[in-house]
Amino acid sequence: MTKEEADNGRDDMVIDGPGQANVVPDGFNANYLRIYYGKLFPHADMFKWMSYGNDGKHPGCDKSYFGRREFSFTLENDIYIRFQSFNSVTELENSIKEKCPFKIDIGPVYSVDPAKRHAYAQSGDNVFTPVERELVFDIDISDYDDVRYCCTGADVCLECWPLMTIAIKVIDTSLRDDFGFNHILWVYSGRRGVHCWVCDGKARRLTNEQRAAIADYFHVYKGNENSHKKISLPGHVLHPFLARSYTEVLKGFFEAKLLPNQNLLASEERYEKILEMIPDASVASELRRRWQENKRASMSKDDINIVRWEQLKSILQSGKQKMQGLRRCVEEIVFSYTYPRLDMEVSRHMNHLLKAPFCVHPKTGRVCVPIDPNNCDEFDPTTVPTLSQLLEELNRGGLRQDAENEWDRTSLGESVTFFRTSFLQPLLKSCKEEIENSYNAKLQQSKNALSW
Amino acid sequence: MEVVQSHRKSSSNNVIVSILPLYRSAPPLEVRLEDFEFFAMDRLRVLKGISDGLCRGKKPEEMEKLVVDLWKANMRHPQAVEEVNKDIISHFVLRLVYCRTEELRKWFLSMETTLFRYRFCLKSSEAQRALMSEFKLPYKAVSNAEFESVKDNLGQVARSMGQTLAAADAIFYKVPFEEVPDLVAGRRVFIHKGHAYVAMNQVVSLVVTQFRSFLSKALILTNRKWTSTIREQEKDRLTPIVEALCTSYQGPDYSQPQEFGEISIKDIDQVAKTSFPLCMRHLFEKVKEDHHLKHGGRMQLGLFLKTMAWCSCLMGVGLKLDDALAFWKAEFAPKVSAERFDKEYAYNIRHNYGREGKRTDYTPYSCQKIISVTPGIGDHHGCPYRHFSEENLRAALVRMGVSSRAVEDVMDKVHNRHYQLACTLTFEAVHGSSCDAGINHPNQYFIDSQRVLQSKNGSVA
Repeated sequence: MTKEEADNGRDDMVIDGPGQANVVPDGFNANYLRIYYGKLFPHADMFKWMSYGNDGKHPGCDKSYFGRREFSFTLENDIYIRFQSFNSVTELENSIKEKCPFKIDIGPVYSVDPAKRHAYAQSGDNVFTPVERELVFDIDISDYDDVRYCCTGADVCLECWPLMTIAIKVIDTSLRDDFGFNHILWVYSGRRGVHCWVCDGKARRLTNEQRAAIADYFHVYKGNENSHKKISLPGHVLHPFLARSYTEVLKGFFEAKLLPNQNLLASEERYEKILEMIPDASVASELRRRWQENKRASMSKDDINIVRWEQLKSILQSGKQKMQGLRRCVEEIVFSYTYPRLDMEVSRHMNHLLKAPFCVHPKTGRVCVPIDPNNCDEFDPTTVPTLSQLLEELNRGGLRQDAENEWDRTSLGESVTFFRTSFLQPLLKSCKEEIENSYNAKLQQSKNALSW
Repeated sequence: MEVVQSHRKSSSNNVIVSILPLYRSAPPLEVRLEDFEFFAMDRLRVLKGISDGLCRGKKPEEMEKLVVDLWKANMRHPQAVEEVNKDIISHFVLRLVYCRTEELRKWFLSMETTLFRYRFCLKSSEAQRALMSEFKLPYKAVSNAEFESVKDNLGQVARSMGQTLAAADAIFYKVPFEEVPDLVAGRRVFIHKGHAYVAMNQVVSLVVTQFRSFLSKALILTNRKWTSTIREQEKDRLTPIVEALCTSYQGPDYSQPQEFGEISIKDIDQVAKTSFPLCMRHLFEKVKEDHHLKHGGRMQLGLFLKTMAWCSCLMGVGLKLDDALAFWKAEFAPKVSAERFDKEYAYNIRHNYGREGKRTDYTPYSCQKIISVTPGIGDHHGCPYRHFSEENLRAALVRMGVSSRAVEDVMDKVHNRHYQLACTLTFEAVHGSSCDAGINHPNQYFIDSQRVLQSKNGSVA
């Protein structure tokens, strides 16, 4: 039996096997993935998205647009193929189905077809260069290890996931209200974080310098491994963006959720980390003295973290503290523990790759589904559909062929619908308007030129 | 612009009097060959001074003073007209000199833009407005009604920078945020729905963006002209001057491969202890300790090691690509299987060496670049003098064998943000010999160190 036959054999067993096949063993493997790409992955929607309206009939459409986009595949045994490009949805779909990549990354749109870049390289003068790319952000929970005690590294649980939720809230609000972007897609990265794709035409055409400026605007957390001062907020007041983030999101989250859930002030080891951030040694030792004393006398019903936090605030913010830095210190602590930590390099450069939505994470088997920023509190990474779960749902659907799309029979349906209605449709509508407008403007221009 | 052999004609009839030249087109002036070179040298001194200032992390006020001093020392002329001419001529000569590679263009663009920024800031607000209109910026001042509606936010931004909003005569321009990236990056403007509210005292950012993008395009055009015609036409006259100007002043060019030397992996440990600057020594120790480095660290150390090979022909040491791969592989081994290493990391390292991907040979990071990065969580790259906490830096210096008195001297430089001087003092303390040129590049540190050590051992060929 050839390998292919063997694979097919297994497919049959899994999908159409008689009766008992309703249980798909947990896990992730190439056979499952092949079925996923064959029946569930929304190829056409991805193509529509990445075409940004240029796949239409309008004379203003740029037919070469989609074909200049870089896709990169990571195959089963970590073989990495970069600079793939496709000229149609069929080419894209066939290639994905045939190669069955464990990971699909999306790169920029280049000046020329990336697959033919070598041909252009000869002509010199840097013809092969990125010209468009979504503004992207990558936030990883593993960058929060110093402020969470429930998990470390790539692990995540419902106690620490809300750190991601508030990151979404802070960044999403600012992208819309401050920067005026409208077409923003948030995606679960499949394991330990979230990705954000800002897709407005204006965002896609930003230069590297402008991208870096936006990333820096969001960059408050300045710690590195060799310096402990993580956040410093100079100035008499906070910038409106920081002030809004603090009062609308961070403060409430810190006090109501993070502080009690992570027991930030319950033990000496943990509260010392917070006391370290107080620039006045006498204030810090006053608090330390109080907290060491009442260690035994915990008769109060109130949560000890909250009691201590109130003590800290009242000392630091009392009228006695003339020092600007001390009053600001409460905010600095909250920012240090809660403010979003972005991977700056990903956002700064056009040519950074980012994993495509609807990929399946090989370690967790979970699908990279979109997250609704308006209801991000409800998003639960532990219930995101897994590959095996989806296949089981397909099996259960059995021979029913009436559903228009296979995913409607599975829990992926909801995600695909959300992607279409909340993101893709409004995006394409504005893309079409943009194409129409710039075409008319060009027409007008050439008319004027003629009349001269 | 026309270059004549000598004896200038009076140029008084084509006087260009501008408040501050924008260098839109080459002036219709005749220039003596001597002036061609000397003016350029003088301007280069100004730009080099600015570059040093930026490297040392000088604050804007300090930069402003520096620019005034540099200009006075090198570009002044008793006659205003002559000064303007010298300004313009020297700029256009250096355009020729610095148009020829991407790296040169980047440096020139950055220094000229900085120079322009501070000269603009020094002008009166009337002169500034006149310059703005010369740029034909399409922005109108925000109306009173709109001003009132965002006044609180504008005040908040002003106070966040330690200023106050003088509401009475406040002029604000509403511009797309993309036009003022530096103000956005520093959160020095209020941004709403894609528009930044730029105060009159910030319009320099708008103007500088225009200046920069114009000059950037102009440099590309100049390069085309240079390669297609000027170089050949002027091969006996200007070309040698132009080519010499850039190498004579910039110090050694570490982006050019020199001869290969040999250094075997087992020697790297030793060499790292004696001759690596702290930034590289730290990364080197970290990779040995953690068997992992994040991207920024891999780039900073990887490019340094690569260049070590090129630059150390004098000392008979060097590191070849295959050795570099073997080194990384050995260090990453406990955490990364050899197979995965070959697939994921080897790509990156070959990429460093220009074998794959874009096939660009990445230039090793200079001190200026290393100082200007912002290492994040989990990162070990950057300049220790700038990015370490005081305790960590002190501990690291002690481990390098710097005496406690010298540590205080180094810390003193650090407090004044003279990071490269701090590194120079460290070099002197560790090697017991002076380093008059100062440290500008990690690879230079390495070479100077090897020279000192070899002369001590008396083993110089």
